[in-house]
Amino acid sequence: MRQTISVIINGKRHTADVEPRLLLIHFLRDVIGLKGPHIGCETSICGACTVIVDGKAVKACTMLAVQAGGREILTIEGLASNGALHPIQEAFWNEHALQCGFCTPGMILAAKQLLDRNPNPTEREIREGLEGNLCRCTGYQHIVNAVKAAAARVGA
Amino acid sequence: MATTVTKPETLVGKAIRRKEDPRLITGTATYVDDIEMPGMHHACILRSPHAAARILALNTQPAIDRPGVVAVFTGDDTKGIGAVVCAGLLPGLRIPEHKVLATDRVYYVGHPVAVVVATDRYIARDAVDLIEVEYEPLPAVADPERALEPGAPAVHPQWPDNIAYTYHHDGGDVDQAFADAAVVVKERIISQRLIPTALECRGVVASWSQGDQTITIYTSTQVPHLVRSIVAGMLGLPEHKLRVVAPEVGGGFGSKLNVYPEEGLMAFVTRQIGKPVKWIESRRENYLATTHGRGHVDFFELAAAKDGTILGMKLKIIQDCGAYHQLLTPAIPTLSVLMAPGAYRFRNVRADIVGVFTNCVPTDAYRGAGRPEATHGIERMVDILAAALNLDPADIRFKNFVGKDEFPFQTGTGLSYDSGDYGAPLQKALDMIGYASLREEQRLARRQGRLMGIGISTYGEICAMGPSSALPSGGWESATVRIEPDGKVTIMSGVSPHGQGQETSFAQIAADELGVALDDVQVLHGDTSLVQYGIGTFGSRATAVGGTAVYYALQDLKAKAQKFGAMLLESDDVTLAGGVCTCNKTGKTVTVGQIAAAAYRALKLPPDTEPGLVATRYWEPSNFTFPFGAHIAITEIDPDTGAVEVKRYVAVDDCGKVINPLLVAGQVHGGIAQGLGQALYEQAVYDADGQLVTGELMDYAVPKAAMVPWIETDHTCTPSPVNPLGVKGIGEAGTIGCSPAVVNSVVDALSHLGVRHIDMPLTPEKIWNLVHKGGEA
Repeated sequence: MRQTISVIINGKRHTADVEPRLLLIHFLRDVIGLKGPHIGCETSICGACTVIVDGKAVKACTMLAVQAGGREILTIEGLASNGALHPIQEAFWNEHALQCGFCTPGMILAAKQLLDRNPNPTEREIREGLEGNLCRCTGYQHIVNAVKAAAARVGA
Repeated sequence: MATTVTKPETLVGKAIRRKEDPRLITGTATYVDDIEMPGMHHACILRSPHAAARILALNTQPAIDRPGVVAVFTGDDTKGIGAVVCAGLLPGLRIPEHKVLATDRVYYVGHPVAVVVATDRYIARDAVDLIEVEYEPLPAVADPERALEPGAPAVHPQWPDNIAYTYHHDGGDVDQAFADAAVVVKERIISQRLIPTALECRGVVASWSQGDQTITIYTSTQVPHLVRSIVAGMLGLPEHKLRVVAPEVGGGFGSKLNVYPEEGLMAFVTRQIGKPVKWIESRRENYLATTHGRGHVDFFELAAAKDGTILGMKLKIIQDCGAYHQLLTPAIPTLSVLMAPGAYRFRNVRADIVGVFTNCVPTDAYRGAGRPEATHGIERMVDILAAALNLDPADIRFKNFVGKDEFPFQTGTGLSYDSGDYGAPLQKALDMIGYASLREEQRLARRQGRLMGIGISTYGEICAMGPSSALPSGGWESATVRIEPDGKVTIMSGVSPHGQGQETSFAQIAADELGVALDDVQVLHGDTSLVQYGIGTFGSRATAVGGTAVYYALQDLKAKAQKFGAMLLESDDVTLAGGVCTCNKTGKTVTVGQIAAAAYRALKLPPDTEPGLVATRYWEPSNFTFPFGAHIAITEIDPDTGAVEVKRYVAVDDCGKVINPLLVAGQVHGGIAQGLGQALYEQAVYDADGQLVTGELMDYAVPKAAMVPWIETDHTCTPSPVNPLGVKGIGEAGTIGCSPAVVNSVVDALSHLGVRHIDMPLTPEKIWNLVHKGGEA
């Protein structure tokens, strides 16, 4: 018993028949072919699968694809526009805010939501705002620096 | 030929953003699970729910009958696959045969029992639940000290004492040292089992090619060449018929410095079904079946003179091996013995290790691998000694350091420390944190009823693994550097970076040596069909050993390029620098690009010179390198909750010369976060029956952003004489230095309550009990 869903992903409409139990993360990765969002825990702790659904950061491993029907999704692949990196991407690069890179797509999108809600966060607000995303490599300090740098650039 | 080669150092030493990052920040990197192939099948593994049990019956038919399932393999089907390899072969080591799938018995929760192969990820997972297994549960033992007790359940029935091996080291005259001592302090110190938790779980894609009888394995590993050698052996394949690729790897921390059952199993499966197969580990599986780290119960005794001079050490290590030996399981605590004296001068060291089987997943390398256990022990013991003698913890360290004029320093554990100035980073860290006034601040805080502590850790560690005599794989590293016909540069390195940034740091070295732009250098790694044999990335070796191989290959290449330059300039007196070769008499120049074109066109060649511009070097270091440093943590304890807050953290590390300070800072921060995780939050908890209680990220406390303090860093620089780059290694230093700094700080905060030692992790419950129940955790 498959269901038809229609979703706008990174500005483009996709229609697909999916099993009702299919997770959004598997829909994005295996059906649509967007490999940017990663799977790190399946329990919504690590945040590697974070995507933006209707403007909100969502862990795509704990949402069903059918729940995304009719919604608009942004993944890391859709963040740069016309070949120009988003200021958060640029800041992550400049500040060495990633090492293995596995958490990075989710971390960048979580940072985007954080800055959308609070364009000028303090260090404490950044750390608490990113609590849904684990990074095992960086110790978070360069991520904090990157979010601050991106905030300064977006705010400027 | 009279030539001078100058070396303009324009990029080495500079904070340069990474060449790796564009693919990673745009979501276009390819990790194992991102690989798609026509006809890809999916594998899912049935794992034991019991820590110890006999398999009485196994019925796979219901799974086979599920539409979409193409095969199910059990231990009976895979008996022909060779055992998983342990390379840490200590004398007298008992090695249980470690098959890729269990046959008649399971030995830990998570033990692979069968593998389902299906056309779809979800179907494979469904079908695993359809396999019927009749188990007869047996008594299990999960605690290594309990396993040593008489009458404890035997993990492997053939060895009822559960002893995997014993190891003894005696250096100097320990008995005399203890006889001469004015004071002896003793403590039992636990370095708890930890779960490495690389953010990317393991995964394997294996693909059989019938036509040329080859298998390609994509696997999330730190050691692709070792995977090739060992899996080829397990399957009876010739090595040239097996290609192993480490694509983008999402962190390792030692947990991917291994060759696992699933790598051999997927190679078997693809050959059986004739189609590509993908197995992606779930986080639950990762916690159950990927190696854990640490797992030590250590008994330290330190003998000292009245003035605090340390005279000798006795150390007994109980290592929780788990149910099997993975690649290096028994070798890990031998590193603890090597580094037991830390940064201190005393040479009388007696150490005994007993490796113990438990019904748990094996332990093996985890960031630091044996050195954090040693450093945590000696640094705790030095504080305990200082307290016993009423000495300042900084003073007692200065008193006992190996002196800066004593290098190379022969230790009582058989090492030769290459270079050092151990007092320098401690003094710098003390100055940064304002130590003198801190003690006054602490006295004031105590009068106000606040619990504030200052903790110092001065570590010495062993890196750049290592001479071949020290590593079963060989301790060298390889590099090929090729100037392409258009003058651009390709480097093929035998190391296998997975976040450390050698695509950038090696390019910096090459760009400086050849005088080309950073963007004109591409670093390739992690593919056995592309790269000459290499050893891999672990033990903080990639830059010190792999980078040196690159450096020497560049020297050979420059010499050859210079010959072509001399030929083109028709002069014996030329200089190659800054990307051009210049005739020192006429001032005429040719570019590296022109040289490359001539070398490949090969219409004319210099004497005794072959066409092309490529050089390969295999470089073995003569010794390890020994980074060192001082970390200081200021903590404050909330007496109402027992929560520990790190108010300030200062890290002054000396890793020799620095290629890229941005990368070094990243390694220091990340290392400290993992050390802090051990100190305050993380512990793999098995219950008495061998069930992993912390079996998911929901229950295992990996530090989040708000749980890690701001880290203030600085450096001293004592170049290593072991390699021409003068580098030492920084990948593990943060983890090694951190945990004792934090624990020393918390013990210091509670010392007036009679607290002398607290075992990690310093959970609020433990601390609250100490504050409120008068010094008993």
